[in-house]
Amino acid sequence: MKVTIEVNGTVTSHDVEDRTLLVHYLRDTLGLTATNVGCDTSACGACTVLLDGESVKSCTILAAQASGHMVVTLEGLAGSELHPVQRAFRERHGSQCGFCTPGMIMAVVSLLRDNPKPDRDEIRLALKGNLCRCTGYQNIVDAVEAAGS
Amino acid sequence: MIPAPFDYRRPGSVAEALELLASPGAALLAGGHSLLPLMKLRVVSPDVLVDVGALAELRYVRLDGDTVEIGALTRFCDLVVDPVIREHAPLLARAASSVGDRQVRHRGTIGGSLAHADPAADVPAAVLACGGVVMVHGPDGARRVHTRDFFLGRCRTALGLGEMIVSVRVPRQTHWGFEKFTRRALEWALVGVAVAGESVVLINMGDRPVRAGVTEAALRQGASIEQAAGLAAWNTDPVDEPHASAGFRQHLARVLTRRALQRAAGRVPGGLS
Repeated sequence: MKVTIEVNGTVTSHDVEDRTLLVHYLRDTLGLTATNVGCDTSACGACTVLLDGESVKSCTILAAQASGHMVVTLEGLAGSELHPVQRAFRERHGSQCGFCTPGMIMAVVSLLRDNPKPDRDEIRLALKGNLCRCTGYQNIVDAVEAAGS
Repeated sequence: MIPAPFDYRRPGSVAEALELLASPGAALLAGGHSLLPLMKLRVVSPDVLVDVGALAELRYVRLDGDTVEIGALTRFCDLVVDPVIREHAPLLARAASSVGDRQVRHRGTIGGSLAHADPAADVPAAVLACGGVVMVHGPDGARRVHTRDFFLGRCRTALGLGEMIVSVRVPRQTHWGFEKFTRRALEWALVGVAVAGESVVLINMGDRPVRAGVTEAALRQGASIEQAAGLAAWNTDPVDEPHASAGFRQHLARVLTRRALQRAAGRVPGGLS
Protein backbone atom coordinates (compact mmCIF):
# COMPACT_ATOMS: atom_id res chain seq x y z
CA MET A 1 0.00 0.00 0.00
CA LYS A 2 1.03 3.60 -0.45
CA VAL A 3 1.64 5.60 2.72
CA THR A 4 2.20 9.34 2.87
CA ILE A 5 3.74 10.66 6.06
CA GLU A 6 5.25 14.06 6.79
CA VAL A 7 8.56 13.24 8.46
CA ASN A 8 10.67 16.04 9.91
CA GLY A 9 8.89 18.60 7.77
CA THR A 10 9.22 16.72 4.49
CA VAL A 11 6.33 14.83 2.90
CA THR A 12 7.41 11.25 2.20
CA SER A 13 5.42 8.79 0.15
CA HIS A 14 6.31 5.15 -0.44
CA ASP A 15 4.80 1.80 -1.35
CA VAL A 16 5.23 -0.49 1.64
CA GLU A 17 3.79 -3.76 2.87
CA ASP A 18 0.62 -3.22 4.90
CA ARG A 19 2.32 -4.78 7.92
CA THR A 20 5.28 -2.37 7.92
CA LEU A 21 5.87 -0.89 11.37
CA LEU A 22 6.49 2.85 11.62
CA VAL A 23 9.96 2.30 13.08
CA HIS A 24 10.96 0.18 10.08
CA TYR A 25 9.52 2.76 7.68
CA LEU A 26 11.69 5.41 9.35
CA ARG A 27 14.85 3.30 9.54
CA ASP A 28 14.73 1.08 6.47
CA THR A 29 12.60 2.99 3.95
CA LEU A 30 13.77 6.53 4.80
CA GLY A 31 17.21 5.69 6.22
CA LEU A 32 16.57 7.70 9.40
CA THR A 33 18.42 5.49 11.85
CA ALA A 34 18.47 7.66 14.99
CA THR A 35 15.27 5.93 16.11
CA ASN A 36 16.36 2.62 17.63
CA VAL A 37 14.61 -0.71 18.02
CA GLY A 38 15.23 -1.85 21.56
CA CYS A 39 12.83 -4.33 23.10
CA ASP A 40 10.38 -4.33 20.16
CA THR A 41 7.53 -4.88 22.66
CA SER A 42 6.55 -1.26 23.48
CA ALA A 43 8.30 -1.41 26.86
CA CYS A 44 11.74 0.22 26.49
CA GLY A 45 10.97 3.46 24.64
CA ALA A 46 14.10 3.45 22.42
CA CYS A 47 11.82 3.84 19.37
CA THR A 48 9.98 6.90 20.71
CA VAL A 49 9.10 9.53 18.08
CA LEU A 50 6.55 12.33 17.96
CA LEU A 51 3.32 11.59 16.10
CA ASP A 52 1.35 14.82 15.60
CA GLY A 53 3.48 16.26 18.41
CA GLU A 54 2.85 13.46 20.95
CA SER A 55 5.39 10.86 22.05
CA VAL A 56 4.60 7.34 20.80
CA LYS A 57 6.44 4.05 20.48
CA SER A 58 7.03 3.55 16.78
CA CYS A 59 7.54 -0.23 17.15
CA THR A 60 3.85 -0.53 18.04
CA ILE A 61 2.37 1.62 15.28
CA LEU A 62 1.90 0.64 11.67
CA ALA A 63 3.29 2.99 9.04
CA ALA A 64 -0.25 2.77 7.60
CA GLN A 65 -1.72 4.18 10.83
CA ALA A 66 0.65 7.16 10.58
CA SER A 67 -0.29 7.83 6.96
CA GLY A 68 -1.68 11.35 6.64
CA HIS A 69 -0.01 12.37 9.89
CA MET A 70 3.15 14.17 10.99
CA VAL A 71 6.17 12.45 12.50
CA VAL A 72 9.25 14.02 14.06
CA THR A 73 12.34 11.93 14.81
CA LEU A 74 15.54 12.95 16.57
CA GLU A 75 16.97 13.97 13.17
CA GLY A 76 14.23 16.60 12.88
CA LEU A 77 14.85 18.34 16.19
CA ALA A 78 17.96 20.43 15.59
CA GLY A 79 18.01 23.43 13.30
CA SER A 80 21.32 25.22 12.85
CA GLU A 81 21.79 24.71 16.58
CA LEU A 82 21.03 21.80 18.86
CA HIS A 83 17.52 21.62 20.34
CA PRO A 84 17.55 22.79 24.01
CA VAL A 85 16.85 19.22 25.17
CA GLN A 86 19.75 17.88 23.12
CA ARG A 87 22.00 20.60 24.52
CA ALA A 88 20.95 19.79 28.09
CA PHE A 89 21.64 16.07 27.55
CA ARG A 90 25.11 16.92 26.22
CA GLU A 91 25.95 19.40 28.98
CA ARG A 92 24.69 17.16 31.81
CA HIS A 93 26.10 14.01 30.24
CA GLY A 94 22.61 12.50 30.02
CA SER A 95 23.78 9.44 28.10
CA GLN A 96 26.24 6.64 28.56
CA CYS A 97 26.18 4.13 25.68
CA GLY A 98 23.68 6.37 23.91
CA PHE A 99 21.27 3.71 22.65
CA CYS A 100 18.28 4.97 24.65
CA THR A 101 19.13 8.64 24.07
CA PRO A 102 17.14 9.39 20.88
CA GLY A 103 13.96 7.90 22.35
CA MET A 104 14.67 9.50 25.70
CA ILE A 105 15.08 12.95 24.12
CA MET A 106 11.86 12.64 22.06
CA ALA A 107 9.96 11.57 25.19
CA VAL A 108 11.36 14.60 27.03
CA VAL A 109 10.41 17.00 24.22
CA SER A 110 6.83 15.73 24.51
CA LEU A 111 6.89 15.94 28.31
CA LEU A 112 8.15 19.53 28.37
CA ARG A 113 5.40 20.55 25.96
CA ASP A 114 2.78 19.36 28.47
CA ASN A 115 4.69 20.29 31.62
CA PRO A 116 7.43 22.89 30.96
CA LYS A 117 8.93 22.76 34.46
CA PRO A 118 8.56 19.24 35.85
CA ASP A 119 10.09 18.41 39.23
CA ARG A 120 12.37 15.41 39.66
CA ASP A 121 9.57 13.05 40.71
CA GLU A 122 7.44 14.12 37.75
CA ILE A 123 10.41 13.58 35.42
CA ARG A 124 10.99 10.06 36.69
CA LEU A 125 7.31 9.18 36.44
CA ALA A 126 7.01 10.66 32.95
CA LEU A 127 10.05 8.71 31.73
CA LYS A 128 9.02 5.34 33.14
CA GLY A 129 8.46 4.14 29.59
CA ASN A 130 12.08 4.84 28.62
CA LEU A 131 14.66 2.40 29.93
CA CYS A 132 18.39 3.15 30.18
CA ARG A 133 20.13 -0.19 30.64
CA CYS A 134 23.36 1.60 31.57
CA THR A 135 21.12 2.88 34.41
CA GLY A 136 22.35 6.43 33.86
CA TYR A 137 19.15 7.90 35.20
CA GLN A 138 20.61 10.52 37.57
CA ASN A 139 22.20 12.50 34.76
CA ILE A 140 19.14 12.06 32.56
CA VAL A 141 16.93 13.57 35.26
CA ASP A 142 19.53 16.34 35.72
CA ALA A 143 19.40 17.05 31.98
CA VAL A 144 15.60 17.20 31.88
CA GLU A 145 15.54 19.48 34.90
CA ALA A 146 18.09 21.77 33.21
CA ALA A 147 16.18 21.74 29.91
CA GLY A 148 12.99 22.66 31.74
CA SER A 149 14.47 25.66 33.52
CA MET B 1 9.20 -8.98 15.23
CA ILE B 2 6.90 -8.36 12.31
CA PRO B 3 3.23 -9.35 12.11
CA ALA B 4 2.05 -11.91 9.58
CA PRO B 5 0.73 -10.32 6.37
CA PHE B 6 -2.75 -8.78 6.38
CA ASP B 7 -4.85 -6.34 4.39
CA TYR B 8 -5.01 -2.92 6.05
CA ARG B 9 -8.30 -1.08 5.63
CA ARG B 10 -9.26 2.33 6.95
CA PRO B 11 -13.06 2.83 6.94
CA GLY B 12 -14.54 6.33 6.86
CA SER B 13 -17.48 5.62 9.16
CA VAL B 14 -18.83 3.14 11.71
CA ALA B 15 -21.17 1.72 9.06
CA GLU B 16 -18.26 1.10 6.72
CA ALA B 17 -16.23 -0.41 9.58
CA LEU B 18 -19.04 -2.88 10.33
CA GLU B 19 -19.17 -3.91 6.65
CA LEU B 20 -15.42 -4.57 6.65
CA LEU B 21 -15.61 -6.39 9.98
CA ALA B 22 -18.04 -8.86 8.41
CA SER B 23 -15.30 -10.27 6.19
CA PRO B 24 -13.70 -13.53 7.38
CA GLY B 25 -10.62 -13.10 9.56
CA ALA B 26 -11.21 -9.40 10.13
CA ALA B 27 -10.09 -7.68 13.34
CA LEU B 28 -10.68 -4.18 14.60
CA LEU B 29 -7.68 -1.91 15.23
CA ALA B 30 -8.03 1.16 17.47
CA GLY B 31 -4.86 2.43 19.17
CA GLY B 32 -3.24 -0.94 18.54
CA HIS B 33 -1.50 -1.22 21.89
CA SER B 34 -3.11 -4.55 22.77
CA LEU B 35 -3.60 -6.01 19.29
CA LEU B 36 -0.32 -5.12 17.56
CA PRO B 37 1.93 -6.66 20.26
CA LEU B 38 -0.09 -9.90 19.97
CA MET B 39 0.21 -9.76 16.17
CA LYS B 40 3.96 -9.20 16.40
CA LEU B 41 4.22 -12.30 18.61
CA ARG B 42 1.95 -14.10 16.06
CA VAL B 43 -0.44 -15.01 18.85
CA VAL B 44 -3.12 -13.66 16.53
CA SER B 45 -2.89 -13.16 12.77
CA PRO B 46 -5.95 -11.43 11.34
CA ASP B 47 -6.38 -11.47 7.55
CA VAL B 48 -7.93 -8.01 7.47
CA LEU B 49 -7.15 -5.18 9.86
CA VAL B 50 -9.95 -2.62 10.08
CA ASP B 51 -8.36 0.56 11.45
CA VAL B 52 -10.99 2.76 13.05
CA GLY B 53 -8.33 4.89 14.76
CA ALA B 54 -9.10 7.91 12.58
CA LEU B 55 -12.88 7.93 13.15
CA ALA B 56 -13.39 11.25 14.92
CA GLU B 57 -17.08 10.38 15.50
CA LEU B 58 -15.95 7.89 18.17
CA ARG B 59 -13.73 10.29 20.11
CA TYR B 60 -15.75 12.42 22.54
CA VAL B 61 -16.75 12.83 26.17
CA ARG B 62 -20.11 14.35 27.07
CA LEU B 63 -22.41 14.62 30.04
CA ASP B 64 -25.93 13.34 29.40
CA GLY B 65 -27.97 14.04 32.55
CA ASP B 66 -26.42 11.88 35.27
CA THR B 67 -24.47 9.79 32.79
CA VAL B 68 -21.06 10.38 31.26
CA GLU B 69 -20.83 9.06 27.71
CA ILE B 70 -17.37 8.32 26.37
CA GLY B 71 -16.63 7.55 22.73
CA ALA B 72 -14.81 4.24 22.26
CA LEU B 73 -11.76 5.90 20.73
CA THR B 74 -11.21 8.27 23.63
CA ARG B 75 -7.58 7.73 24.57
CA PHE B 76 -6.20 7.25 28.08
CA CYS B 77 -4.39 10.60 27.83
CA ASP B 78 -7.74 12.24 26.96
CA LEU B 79 -9.46 10.64 29.99
CA VAL B 80 -6.71 11.95 32.27
CA VAL B 81 -7.21 15.61 31.35
CA ASP B 82 -10.86 15.79 30.24
CA PRO B 83 -12.73 18.22 32.54
CA VAL B 84 -16.03 16.27 32.38
CA ILE B 85 -14.28 13.02 33.31
CA ARG B 86 -12.31 14.67 36.10
CA GLU B 87 -15.42 16.18 37.62
CA HIS B 88 -18.03 13.46 37.07
CA ALA B 89 -16.05 10.21 36.68
CA PRO B 90 -12.74 10.93 38.43
CA LEU B 91 -12.04 7.22 39.01
CA LEU B 92 -11.66 6.82 35.24
CA ALA B 93 -9.17 9.71 35.07
CA ARG B 94 -7.16 8.15 37.89
CA ALA B 95 -7.23 4.64 36.42
CA ALA B 96 -6.30 5.93 32.96
CA SER B 97 -3.36 7.87 34.40
CA SER B 98 -1.90 4.63 35.76
CA VAL B 99 -1.95 2.76 32.44
CA GLY B 100 1.49 1.98 30.97
CA ASP B 101 3.45 5.16 30.28
CA ARG B 102 2.90 8.47 28.48
CA GLN B 103 3.60 6.97 25.07
CA VAL B 104 1.11 4.15 25.64
CA ARG B 105 -1.53 6.58 26.95
CA HIS B 106 -1.14 8.67 23.78
CA ARG B 107 -2.38 5.67 21.76
CA GLY B 108 -4.44 3.31 23.94
CA THR B 109 -8.22 3.76 23.96
CA ILE B 110 -11.01 2.98 26.42
CA GLY B 111 -12.84 0.88 23.82
CA GLY B 112 -9.73 -1.09 22.94
CA SER B 113 -8.97 -1.78 26.58
CA LEU B 114 -12.50 -3.06 27.25
CA ALA B 115 -12.53 -5.20 24.10
CA HIS B 116 -9.14 -6.71 24.95
CA ALA B 117 -10.36 -7.48 28.49
CA ASP B 118 -7.06 -8.27 30.15
CA PRO B 119 -7.82 -9.11 33.80
CA ALA B 120 -4.74 -7.11 34.84
CA ALA B 121 -5.91 -3.94 33.04
CA ASP B 122 -6.79 -0.83 35.07
CA VAL B 123 -9.52 0.82 33.03
CA PRO B 124 -11.92 -2.15 32.56
CA ALA B 125 -12.00 -2.62 36.35
CA ALA B 126 -12.70 1.09 36.85
CA VAL B 127 -15.54 1.03 34.29
CA LEU B 128 -17.04 -2.03 36.01
CA ALA B 129 -16.76 -0.33 39.41
CA CYS B 130 -18.64 2.66 38.00
CA GLY B 131 -21.42 0.37 36.76
CA GLY B 132 -20.61 1.22 33.15
CA VAL B 133 -22.62 0.08 30.15
CA VAL B 134 -20.91 -0.83 26.88
CA MET B 135 -22.69 0.39 23.75
CA VAL B 136 -22.16 -2.09 20.92
CA HIS B 137 -22.92 -1.92 17.20
CA GLY B 138 -22.97 -4.99 15.01
CA PRO B 139 -24.54 -6.71 12.04
CA ASP B 140 -27.84 -7.03 13.96
CA GLY B 141 -27.93 -3.39 15.01
CA ALA B 142 -27.15 -1.73 18.31
CA ARG B 143 -27.28 -3.23 21.80
CA ARG B 144 -26.10 -2.31 25.26
CA VAL B 145 -24.21 -4.68 27.56
CA HIS B 146 -23.72 -3.90 31.24
CA THR B 147 -20.08 -4.37 32.25
CA ARG B 148 -21.13 -6.99 34.85
CA ASP B 149 -22.16 -9.18 31.86
CA PHE B 150 -19.43 -8.02 29.50
CA PHE B 151 -16.28 -9.76 30.80
CA LEU B 152 -16.49 -13.53 30.28
CA GLY B 153 -12.91 -14.59 31.00
CA ARG B 154 -9.27 -13.85 30.26
CA CYS B 155 -9.40 -11.63 27.16
CA ARG B 156 -12.94 -12.88 26.44
CA THR B 157 -15.96 -10.61 26.24
CA ALA B 158 -19.62 -10.66 25.26
CA LEU B 159 -18.72 -9.02 21.93
CA GLY B 160 -20.04 -11.18 19.10
CA LEU B 161 -18.62 -11.75 15.64
CA GLY B 162 -18.62 -8.54 13.64
CA GLU B 163 -19.51 -6.36 16.63
CA MET B 164 -17.64 -3.28 17.84
CA ILE B 165 -17.80 -1.01 20.87
CA VAL B 166 -18.91 2.51 19.95
CA SER B 167 -19.11 4.09 23.39
CA VAL B 168 -19.22 3.53 27.14
CA ARG B 169 -21.80 5.07 29.45
CA VAL B 170 -21.00 5.44 33.15
CA PRO B 171 -23.24 6.91 35.87
CA ARG B 172 -21.78 9.99 37.58
CA GLN B 173 -19.78 8.91 40.61
CA THR B 174 -17.52 11.15 42.62
CA HIS B 175 -16.63 8.88 45.58
CA TRP B 176 -13.71 6.87 44.38
CA GLY B 177 -10.52 5.13 45.37
CA PHE B 178 -7.87 3.46 43.25
CA GLU B 179 -4.82 1.46 44.28
CA LYS B 180 -2.38 -0.50 42.20
CA PHE B 181 0.67 -2.50 43.21
CA THR B 182 3.42 -3.14 40.65
CA ARG B 183 6.88 -4.63 41.00
CA ARG B 184 8.34 -2.03 38.64
CA ALA B 185 6.85 1.29 37.59
CA LEU B 186 6.05 0.30 34.02
CA GLU B 187 4.35 -3.00 34.75
CA TRP B 188 0.77 -4.16 34.82
CA ALA B 189 -0.90 -4.43 38.21
CA LEU B 190 0.22 -7.36 40.33
CA VAL B 191 -3.03 -6.53 42.11
CA GLY B 192 -5.19 -3.43 41.94
CA VAL B 193 -8.46 -2.15 43.38
CA ALA B 194 -10.98 0.27 41.93
CA VAL B 195 -13.70 1.69 44.20
CA ALA B 196 -16.65 3.78 43.00
CA GLY B 197 -19.36 4.53 45.53
CA GLU B 198 -20.38 1.18 47.06
CA SER B 199 -18.70 -0.91 44.40
CA VAL B 200 -15.31 -2.58 44.89
CA VAL B 201 -13.56 -4.24 41.92
CA LEU B 202 -10.31 -6.20 42.07
CA ILE B 203 -7.73 -6.09 39.28
CA ASN B 204 -5.77 -9.25 38.39
CA MET B 205 -7.39 -11.42 41.09
CA GLY B 206 -9.08 -13.79 38.64
CA ASP B 207 -9.65 -14.33 34.93
CA ARG B 208 -11.55 -11.04 34.64
CA PRO B 209 -12.12 -7.89 36.71
CA VAL B 210 -13.98 -9.22 39.78
CA ARG B 211 -16.32 -7.59 42.27
CA ALA B 212 -15.26 -8.03 45.90
CA GLY B 213 -18.83 -9.05 46.71
CA VAL B 214 -18.25 -10.08 50.32
CA THR B 215 -16.57 -6.76 51.08
CA GLU B 216 -19.44 -4.87 49.44
CA ALA B 217 -22.01 -6.84 51.46
CA ALA B 218 -20.11 -6.28 54.71
CA LEU B 219 -20.04 -2.53 54.07
CA ARG B 220 -23.79 -2.52 53.39
CA GLN B 221 -24.32 -4.26 56.71
CA GLY B 222 -22.34 -1.62 58.56
CA ALA B 223 -18.92 -3.26 58.89
CA SER B 224 -15.97 -0.92 59.28
CA ILE B 225 -13.68 -0.33 56.32
CA GLU B 226 -10.96 -2.35 58.06
CA GLN B 227 -13.31 -5.32 58.67
CA ALA B 228 -14.77 -5.20 55.17
CA ALA B 229 -11.37 -4.89 53.48
CA GLY B 230 -10.21 -7.97 55.40
CA LEU B 231 -12.78 -9.96 53.39
CA ALA B 232 -11.69 -8.66 49.98
CA ALA B 233 -9.86 -11.81 48.90
CA TRP B 234 -12.80 -14.17 49.55
CA ASN B 235 -13.64 -16.34 46.52
CA THR B 236 -10.71 -14.99 44.50
CA ASP B 237 -8.45 -17.18 42.42
CA PRO B 238 -5.33 -15.20 41.60
CA VAL B 239 -2.42 -16.59 39.59
CA ASP B 240 0.23 -18.33 41.70
CA GLU B 241 3.72 -17.46 40.45
CA PRO B 242 7.22 -17.71 41.93
CA HIS B 243 7.57 -13.92 42.18
CA ALA B 244 4.05 -13.42 43.58
CA SER B 245 2.23 -16.30 45.23
CA ALA B 246 -1.56 -16.44 45.31
CA GLY B 247 -1.39 -15.84 49.07
CA PHE B 248 0.72 -12.71 48.60
CA ARG B 249 -1.74 -11.39 46.04
CA GLN B 250 -4.64 -12.03 48.39
CA HIS B 251 -2.77 -10.13 51.09
CA LEU B 252 -2.28 -7.26 48.64
CA ALA B 253 -5.98 -7.33 47.74
CA ARG B 254 -6.94 -6.84 51.40
CA VAL B 255 -4.43 -4.04 52.00
CA LEU B 256 -5.16 -2.20 48.75
CA THR B 257 -8.92 -2.51 49.28
CA ARG B 258 -8.57 -0.90 52.70
CA ARG B 259 -6.56 1.97 51.25
CA ALA B 260 -8.95 2.47 48.32
CA LEU B 261 -12.00 2.45 50.62
CA GLN B 262 -10.34 4.93 52.97
CA ARG B 263 -9.61 7.17 49.98
CA ALA B 264 -13.22 6.87 48.77
CA ALA B 265 -14.48 7.75 52.25
CA GLY B 266 -12.28 10.86 52.29
CA ARG B 267 -10.34 9.52 55.28
CA VAL B 268 -6.98 9.88 53.55
CA PRO B 269 -5.85 12.72 51.30
CA GLY B 270 -5.04 12.21 47.65
CA GLY B 271 -6.94 13.57 44.70
CA LEU B 272 -6.17 13.59 41.00
CA SER B 273 -2.73 14.90 40.14
